[in-house]
Amino acid sequence: MAEIILQKLSVTPPTAGETKSAAGPLIEVDNLSLFYGPTKALKSINLQIGERVVTALIGPSGCGKSTLLRCFNRMNDLIDGVRIEGATRIGGHDIYSSQVDVIELRKRVGMVFQKSNPFPKSIYDNIAYGLRLHGVKAKSDVDAIVERSLRSAALWDEVKDRLRESALGLSGGQQQRLCIARAIAIKPEIILMDEPASALDPIATAKIEDLILELKKDFTIVIVTHNMQQAARISDFTAFFYLGELIEFDSTRKVFTNPAKKQTEDYVTGRFG
Amino acid sequence: MNARSLSTGTRGRHFRSERFDFGSFFFSGLTGLATLLILAILAAILGNILINGWSGLSWRFISTIPKKDFFDPETTGVLPMIIGTTFRVFVMTVFVIPIGVITAVYLTEYAHTTAISTRIIRGAVNNLAGVPSIVFGLFGLGFFINFIGKNMDVILKSAEPTWSQPAVIWASLTLAVMTLPVVIVATEESLKAIPPGLREASLALGATKLETIVKIVLPQALPGIMTGGILAISRAAGEVAPILFTGVAYYMASLPKSLTDQFMDLGYHVYVLSTQSPNIDQTRPILYATVLVLLLLTFALNFVAILIRAHVRKKLRALN
Repeated sequence: MAEIILQKLSVTPPTAGETKSAAGPLIEVDNLSLFYGPTKALKSINLQIGERVVTALIGPSGCGKSTLLRCFNRMNDLIDGVRIEGATRIGGHDIYSSQVDVIELRKRVGMVFQKSNPFPKSIYDNIAYGLRLHGVKAKSDVDAIVERSLRSAALWDEVKDRLRESALGLSGGQQQRLCIARAIAIKPEIILMDEPASALDPIATAKIEDLILELKKDFTIVIVTHNMQQAARISDFTAFFYLGELIEFDSTRKVFTNPAKKQTEDYVTGRFG
Repeated sequence: MNARSLSTGTRGRHFRSERFDFGSFFFSGLTGLATLLILAILAAILGNILINGWSGLSWRFISTIPKKDFFDPETTGVLPMIIGTTFRVFVMTVFVIPIGVITAVYLTEYAHTTAISTRIIRGAVNNLAGVPSIVFGLFGLGFFINFIGKNMDVILKSAEPTWSQPAVIWASLTLAVMTLPVVIVATEESLKAIPPGLREASLALGATKLETIVKIVLPQALPGIMTGGILAISRAAGEVAPILFTGVAYYMASLPKSLTDQFMDLGYHVYVLSTQSPNIDQTRPILYATVLVLLLLTFALNFVAILIRAHVRKKLRALN
């Protein structure tokens, strides 16, 4: 996995990457600060995320967790007046370096948004869109990947008879799973999820959570969530943010049962936030 | 104040059925009357034209190329004017839609909303909409014919003046400049109505900004863009002032064949019939019939555009 990243983001020879993938973390946040104009939204964040684990980013609204998530695929680039200090490395390479191709980065680091946002196209074309962008044109290839992605997103059985129908006819939960299928179709290494279940009912949420646990086998997942139980159920590691600072980052078990900081304990037990 | 008096006070405020709400009654009556007045005016105009113009309308009238003396009801016709007006509206549409859409895409997708340059462009677009149409006509003569056309003749080494004289292309371009704000504003509105989440979804999949605009944003905005086109056509079809110096002819023996030909025009012909006729009473039926043809042609052009838009909407709705 990390080798592919290295080839795509490549600046140094792959041998260095092999040692990285064996030992180093996949995502490395090194003293990262982010400013919206004069406002400092992230304050010197240090964080290391390993391969094929689920990492939950939690904290009260406005604490910077979504902002950090959007640093990993450079979606913050789209906002005027954002300035970043420090480094974010994926597979050992600074993704904010001038040699990095943002298109290639976003192909490797997929994203699922809070509000499901399928394109107003057919179910099939929603998934085929990303494939065609990246040069998969042959119909047989596209067909195969569409099916595989929908199966991976546990949606195939529900939609296999209406692939040509509009994606907007699906239920909210199905739409969100379609967005996940769309993201995994282009084979990213990392999937960023920004409160993917916050607009869904409990049954649809449970399906998404099962899916995340399944996807963990193949993908590295970073998820922002407001739901403490969700973080506890699905994540291996949890990072707690408060007012732009990373307060605590540890295994989920540790953060929820024996947090090191008082603030973390107050938050996970529901005393504020 | 004790609890009891408070509660009666509250009750008193809530149920005041004895009071007649004169303001609401008066205002709803006023808005209804205003609407009625507009409808009455419209009905009077259309009714008058229809009643007086209907008798002069015939297949011969529509399909005849008239002789130089077109004031005789027995022999005159309006075929060249129908062709000319349709021709110039069509050419205008071909120019105004792409330029308007590209400008709107720049303003909504690329320009920084707060930048001075963006504000200047927006202000310029709004001012353009407020310029009197005769000024556009003079602009077309000065810029398109005397500047662009003249230089084209020099560069292309034309044997005789080809581009540096009034022609369909210059009249159409002048109309395109005039209707540009309509298309820009309509397109901008429809671009703004597209949820930002769709753009983010596309970009997050590794699409470039251009790919996102072409494949996701513009298809969604198409009905709105076409609304802009329809408004531009309605405005342009009946305009006379912008084409006065830039392309329209008093009389032509043959139909316009190329972009550099002059043309006859329904709106201008109405003006000619009502000001140049040697015998007003004799000309009146032709005048009415010509106005009716102009109205019908405008409706027809609009209708075609609306049909195309309905088709596009239906296609989009199948996916919405």
